[in-house]
Amino acid sequence: MSPVRRILIWAGLLTAIAVPIAASGASPLLAWREPVYILAGFAGVFAMALLLLQPLSVAGYLPGLSGPRGRRVHRWIGGSLVLAVVIHVAALWITSPPDVIDALLFTAPTPFSAFGVIAMWAVFAAVLIAVLRRRLRLQPRVWRRVHTALAALVVAGSVVHAVLIEGTMETVSKVALCLLVLAATVKALIALRVWSFRSTSR
Amino acid sequence: MSAALITRRTLFASGVAVAATGLSGIFVPAGAQGLAPTRTMRGGSNNYLPGAPVVDRIGGGGFWMTGTVRRAGDGAPLAGQRIQIWAHTTEGHERDPHSHGATLTDANGLFRLEMPQIVPAFGQPHGHLAYDSGEFETVFLRPVMPSAKDTSLEAHFVLQPV
Repeated sequence: MSPVRRILIWAGLLTAIAVPIAASGASPLLAWREPVYILAGFAGVFAMALLLLQPLSVAGYLPGLSGPRGRRVHRWIGGSLVLAVVIHVAALWITSPPDVIDALLFTAPTPFSAFGVIAMWAVFAAVLIAVLRRRLRLQPRVWRRVHTALAALVVAGSVVHAVLIEGTMETVSKVALCLLVLAATVKALIALRVWSFRSTSR
Repeated sequence: MSAALITRRTLFASGVAVAATGLSGIFVPAGAQGLAPTRTMRGGSNNYLPGAPVVDRIGGGGFWMTGTVRRAGDGAPLAGQRIQIWAHTTEGHERDPHSHGATLTDANGLFRLEMPQIVPAFGQPHGHLAYDSGEFETVFLRPVMPSAKDTSLEAHFVLQPV
């Protein structure tokens, strides 16, 4: 890969992540929110940005991070994603406990809550099965399919969750980031041939 | 007063409210004659602080919460009913006591309280209203604004005598 191409890919990725975060920082809603509520919102925005890096890192699309290095980055970002989700939910809980309890119990009036909670449990499960990979002694193919199915659920749930929310994310940059996450996920799923019987080289 | 407030938006909101009332009516036992009582909405009681004082206005105002209170069955307007209102506004969070206030219905069962502009919180621009005075069954409402730019919001109560 030529150096110019490497730089362009990283610059493009950085833009795709920085623009929605910066646009959220310019939200007029921030003026009427307490710091802990702002933290909750930004943890969600960061989680969405990290989600874009997951399929790209595991499929080796990031220049300089192919193969095992990409998968190592994938694991670190997976852990960061869990941390971001925990901060998101905990800070929302501090902001308004009854609204978060409703969401967790699937009794919230807002449809996006359920999608967010499903994505949360899916990301916890995807990371847990990764941490316990050796101990579970699952066949590699089975492990991969379960992990990938959970990851797809995380992506689908998070995208619907984000798109339906009227929050601090600016609409155009939010939809663009969501589309990028979906596109990257689909491309990685196809490239990794998770569902075929043939295993890709590891 | 109410005639001046009818716009396409409020008409739409009333339509939705009427449709919702109609739909909820389906699930009421056949014994309930006439106007069905309003059901408490999901999340309606979140961040409720009992005993909000009757005020002329919540904070600086600029936004209008309006609505009606009627009796289940015959639909008679109920005067002097205390309706408590709170929301996340430009002046405070839902949990802040100064975001809460109450008003009384007039002789025609109408209520109208000025409050600060409601801003989206927890993903939707919405308000909270409560009837919790004991004479009728308690009802909590959580209406959502069709647009965050709206400067008014309606909510309608049909109360069931205890």
